[in-house]
Amino acid sequence: MPEYRGVMVHAEVAEGKLAAIATELLGCGRRLADELGEELSAVIAGGGVSGLAREAFAFGADKVYIVDDVLLKDYQTDAHVTVMEKVVRQVMPRILLIGQTSIGRDLAPRLAFRLETTATMDCIELAIDPGSKLLLRTKPVFGGNARAVYTSELNPQIATVRTKAMTPLAPDTSRKGEVVTVEAGLAPSIIRTRILEKVKQEVEGISLEAADVVISGGRGIGSAEGFEQLEELAGLLKGAVGASRPPCDNSWVPDVLQVGLTGKIVAPDLYIAVALSGSSQHMAGCSGCKNIVAINKDPEANIFREARFGVVGDWKKVLPALTAKVRELLAE
Amino acid sequence: MNIIVCVKQVIDPEAPPSSFRVDEAGKKVAPPSGVPPVLSPFDENAVEAALRIKDAQGGKITVLSMGANLLREVVKKPLSMGADELVLLEDEAFTGGDSWSNAQALAMAIKKIGEYDLVFCGRQAADWDDGQVGLGIAEMLGLPSVTLARKIEVADGKARVEQVTADGYEVIEVSLPALITVSNELGEARYPTIKGIMAAKKIEPVVWKPADIGLEPDQIGAAGRKMNLEKLYQPVHEGKCELIEGESPEEAGANLALKLREAKLL
Repeated sequence: MPEYRGVMVHAEVAEGKLAAIATELLGCGRRLADELGEELSAVIAGGGVSGLAREAFAFGADKVYIVDDVLLKDYQTDAHVTVMEKVVRQVMPRILLIGQTSIGRDLAPRLAFRLETTATMDCIELAIDPGSKLLLRTKPVFGGNARAVYTSELNPQIATVRTKAMTPLAPDTSRKGEVVTVEAGLAPSIIRTRILEKVKQEVEGISLEAADVVISGGRGIGSAEGFEQLEELAGLLKGAVGASRPPCDNSWVPDVLQVGLTGKIVAPDLYIAVALSGSSQHMAGCSGCKNIVAINKDPEANIFREARFGVVGDWKKVLPALTAKVRELLAE
Repeated sequence: MNIIVCVKQVIDPEAPPSSFRVDEAGKKVAPPSGVPPVLSPFDENAVEAALRIKDAQGGKITVLSMGANLLREVVKKPLSMGADELVLLEDEAFTGGDSWSNAQALAMAIKKIGEYDLVFCGRQAADWDDGQVGLGIAEMLGLPSVTLARKIEVADGKARVEQVTADGYEVIEVSLPALITVSNELGEARYPTIKGIMAAKKIEPVVWKPADIGLEPDQIGAAGRKMNLEKLYQPVHEGKCELIEGESPEEAGANLALKLREAKLL
């Protein structure tokens, strides 16, 4: 019986390049592969992706499997699960890492069930158990109130990894590797879904995930107008505005601004949380930030357990004064 | 239009974080005292999605849940919102499962229910935050799937689903029968009406044991797991928040700006 060996990364593509999560997975995968003394491979499945292998080598891959097919251009469950099943059965990796993105959330469970193995979703730490050599998969559970560590003897051991939880290697463009082309061999009839339309909900200014400063509002902001004050401060600091779930559910801000377990994961240098209680579900989206600042009238609010600096007080009074002083300091 | 909605009874995710306790030795979460369990909120969104389709074109909604000692006031909530029938997989043997054993039992129950055009699940359960069971059911039943729905409409034997993406949404058409997981962007679930609550009282749930869905006790719950839970713990909070004071809230706000400058964050 052939053995399962090596670490494989499912490398997502975004706008003709490897997605940030793919470089993060390669960084993490490299460490695991070195620990096992085995190979790190990447799978790039898409349409017109054959030129991306070099990027994957630069970020740490030893081998790249390219599946280039027009039917893979957009992510569609049936096509991508089928292709990944084919690659995994051919290569037999011990470990398969996938991003915890909208694609990964869709792909990983279905693939795991098809391969009769297990996946652990939304991992924030991965390590090799020194004794059993199994993958130790740590994930937040109960909305971030607890963490669970899982193992499974079934191969491949699949884990999806939270965005921004792992650090990419500094790219080394002199690194080389082997490119293997895999035929998708897809019959169009297996695809039972059809994409009718793609709608982008554009938000002006700096994107939430790329911003160095994020000003987030919670339920206490109370209205769409209230968020204009957050935008003013964000504008001054060249940052972005985010929100917890209630402002999104109430349509004060677009859904795409939601930070949290089921929204965006951000890791800015400065995160100012205004009138936001700091539920575990929300903190899951910003816990990578070292400098959380809380403004909340409730001194018992959970956000103060997570913050470095805080002001207990009504945001309607505190925030304008903060904004005015920031304006003054920046003008100096 | 026959819709099956899978719902799960969970520890209330809105319970204050300070009331949250882990039994590390037992690798279990201790239910917080005085906070009753609820339906997982994303499952309520899934019920709402089914009710909107029923409102628009009629149909029957069957709610499916699994566990032991399920509280009737919790699992009957979808009935009081307007769902028609309730099937419970209720037995101690169904507890302690992972995504594999849970998906297996639910898939077998859905097979036994038989007639369905759509199966809805919440995007993930608010306890283990896994988001796998729905897709596992789809794989086991050979159904196409769409995840993270924010809107679902049905016409001409197909569902038109708006799927949440990182920067907006995609409109996806899927053939029926299909499995769809529902996200909170769909909108809040309706409140039960008095009439609904009265109607729900009269509906007796159908209760199935493992043998009723053709499974052996070693295939379900804790015995059917493929994942080992090695450890369960609470992360430590550093909890060193420096509170910035002032004579007034305005002064505190200005002092905060000064503090951020001092910390080189401005």
